[in-house]
Amino acid sequence: MGLTVQSVGNGAVNTDIKDKIPRDAKIIALAGNPNVGKSTLFNKLTGMKQHTGNWSGKTVTNAVGEYKNSNIHLAFVDIPGTYSLNAHSAEEEVARDFLMFGKPDSVVVVCDATCLERNLNLVLQVSEICPKVIVCVNLMDEAREKGIFIDLKGLSEKLGLPVVGTSARKGKGLNELISAISAVEDNEYSAKSRIKVTYSSTMEKAIDMVKTELDKIITFYNTRWLAIKLLENDVNFIASLEQYLNFAVNKNTSLLNALTVAKNFLNSKGINESAFKNYLVSGLVLTAEAICDDKIISFKKADYRSRDFKIDKIVTGKITGPVCMVALLALVFWITISLANYPSAVLWEFFSFLEAKLFSVSLSLGLPLVLADMIFHGAFRVLFWVVSVMLPPMAIFFPLFTFLEDFGYLPRIAFNLDKGFKKCSACGKQALTMCMGFGCNAAGITGCRIIDSKRERLIAIITNNFVPCNGRFPTIIAIISMFLVGGAGASQGLLSSVILTFAILLGVASTFLVSKLLAVTLLKGQPSAFTLELPPYRKPQIGSVIIRSVFDRTIFVLLRAMAVAAPAGLVIWLFANITVNNITLLSYMCEFLDPFGKALGMDGTILLGFILGFPANEIVIPIIIMAYMGGGTLTDYSSLFELKSLLISNGWTITTAICTIVFSLMHWPCSTALLTAKKETGSFYWSFIAFIVPTFCGMLMCFVINSLSRLF
Amino acid sequence: MKMALNCLKVGQSGTVVSVNAKDAILRRLLDIGIIEGTRVSCVLKSPSGDPIAYLIRGAVIAIRNEDSSEILIEADSPIQGVEKYGTYCTVGR
Repeated sequence: MGLTVQSVGNGAVNTDIKDKIPRDAKIIALAGNPNVGKSTLFNKLTGMKQHTGNWSGKTVTNAVGEYKNSNIHLAFVDIPGTYSLNAHSAEEEVARDFLMFGKPDSVVVVCDATCLERNLNLVLQVSEICPKVIVCVNLMDEAREKGIFIDLKGLSEKLGLPVVGTSARKGKGLNELISAISAVEDNEYSAKSRIKVTYSSTMEKAIDMVKTELDKIITFYNTRWLAIKLLENDVNFIASLEQYLNFAVNKNTSLLNALTVAKNFLNSKGINESAFKNYLVSGLVLTAEAICDDKIISFKKADYRSRDFKIDKIVTGKITGPVCMVALLALVFWITISLANYPSAVLWEFFSFLEAKLFSVSLSLGLPLVLADMIFHGAFRVLFWVVSVMLPPMAIFFPLFTFLEDFGYLPRIAFNLDKGFKKCSACGKQALTMCMGFGCNAAGITGCRIIDSKRERLIAIITNNFVPCNGRFPTIIAIISMFLVGGAGASQGLLSSVILTFAILLGVASTFLVSKLLAVTLLKGQPSAFTLELPPYRKPQIGSVIIRSVFDRTIFVLLRAMAVAAPAGLVIWLFANITVNNITLLSYMCEFLDPFGKALGMDGTILLGFILGFPANEIVIPIIIMAYMGGGTLTDYSSLFELKSLLISNGWTITTAICTIVFSLMHWPCSTALLTAKKETGSFYWSFIAFIVPTFCGMLMCFVINSLSRLF
Repeated sequence: MKMALNCLKVGQSGTVVSVNAKDAILRRLLDIGIIEGTRVSCVLKSPSGDPIAYLIRGAVIAIRNEDSSEILIEADSPIQGVEKYGTYCTVGR
């Protein structure tokens, strides 16, 4: 049953794509191992700003972009990076199903020039199932720097496929790639015989038995390959066959007979199913090895990896490794906090001025007072608070984070932390999904597809919320700056970042603890196989890092927050101004929530802020402030940090501040993250667990902190 | 000298003799090109000594000791302190 759900999910992905593609465009799939610059190539070709990362499995769904010139109209589909088409993980299945059943016109297999041999494994597999294949050897510039030279023409002759060399980051070779695609699409490429992976005569004989039977009942590009898959007894694939081609293997008796005969034949020769599988993969690996002889690839520098190893020695060292991780985290926060203060204050003053002006102008234009009040002191005010509090830290944090991502540091974090995750019966790649969570928990949850085992994926999804996303940590920063550190300045900034680092480490510790708890209760099981590639370090392109992170992430996240902020401001204003028995609705609500809030070391207003912040965590602090101000009665706050006096006058103490920080770190995921969890797990039950687990942890933690603070 | 892959020390190399891992892990190892005769070198240890990263067919790949101890290799040079293979290797941390 589980299989069907998965296949339906993948099917949905494919239909989405077909809807997006204009009819006259040729569909070109971009396949490749993870981390070969596939997404960069895709962006350069299509001009679409799809975010790329220097780690395995950044492309989590099929993305589409178009290329058009006077001769040709192409729709590129960027499919998830995979090592093989054997489909061990959900995203590998997406890749294979798209190549098999999505019927792309051509497939471009993108390879990494710095480790071509391993990449050829996938080239060989794709060329078995797709009639039109172009090989794109990317990262040629990087290979050259490392003294690796590749004879592209020789490679093309050996493979019997067109081969183009590119350096996508520098935009080199793209025109040649387009011409190669055009040539293949116009059937101008005359291939000499395409390379074929051959196996022992016994296996070939068995494959042939099944193939003969298949040829009678199905028209398919490569029935030989289909025969191999059936003999391999790839259950997932057989389910997909039924799903997409309406071809039920189990109902075809003559085919089943042929399969049994072939399998018996194999068994009689001492080849059981598992041995058969091994020979298949060995066949691919050995063929790739044979292609990459000294004539095709030559290494001119023996120690081309020495620089990477020097860096790795430090960032994964016994002591230096963990120190580097924490120090980098603190450094990123320090830069963010110290640089964000100034623009925040400027924006704040500018918008306050604008609010007052707009308010008086609209009154003089005859807008009724109530309406002007509602719009400018309700909707507009919360909106501008969100912009001035959130925008500066985001615009600084995102580029810094993207920089580390592009450099290739994140897989090293996974490498360092894997032992811990293993002890919690979870997967080291969870560290990568946690890093994605810093940007956005919804992205982190989707990213969990890179984890093969369903059990470990669920653990990663449920615990992702313990990493504060970008919508939450400006809230945390603001409270730290106001209450735990006196004022702004360089040294205060340093202290703030240290405290923030501790808060994040608390989140990380909770991730481990909760993962372990889940692994011994709801999600029992052994840790599964784990292989993690540590890609070479790459020089981040500063310009594109800034552009991408500002436009892709900052603007997107900010717009989402703003879309929620204005209506939320309006609602709060209404609550604060509609009275029943001379008491505002807001007071009723806050009073109702107050006992719960107080037990957790906060108050009803703060809790209301978190509840109303469900659609977007960014608006929590603005809502709290708005509620304290109580709509009409206003004092002018010229600076962000004078807000502290407002909070104190409403009973905030250090305990309130700490509990609010902890609760912000651990409470229900925002609506987007929760919907994503529902989509990824396909189950209400697990989405509910993803909701209740962090909420319960936060409540427990706040309750304990509050009780302790009363003792002392 | 034959031994488990995880017994290699940083900087040492060997050739894969056989892979005895269970099915799910085996697939992964095969995908990254670990078969009989594959050259492997140990290049990097994580802070806790597990996982360890190896250079395999031009790529640096981290494998948990639990899994790499199922891979039997013929080391290029004898390694002190390692006498048997196939068991979980605790030397060279």
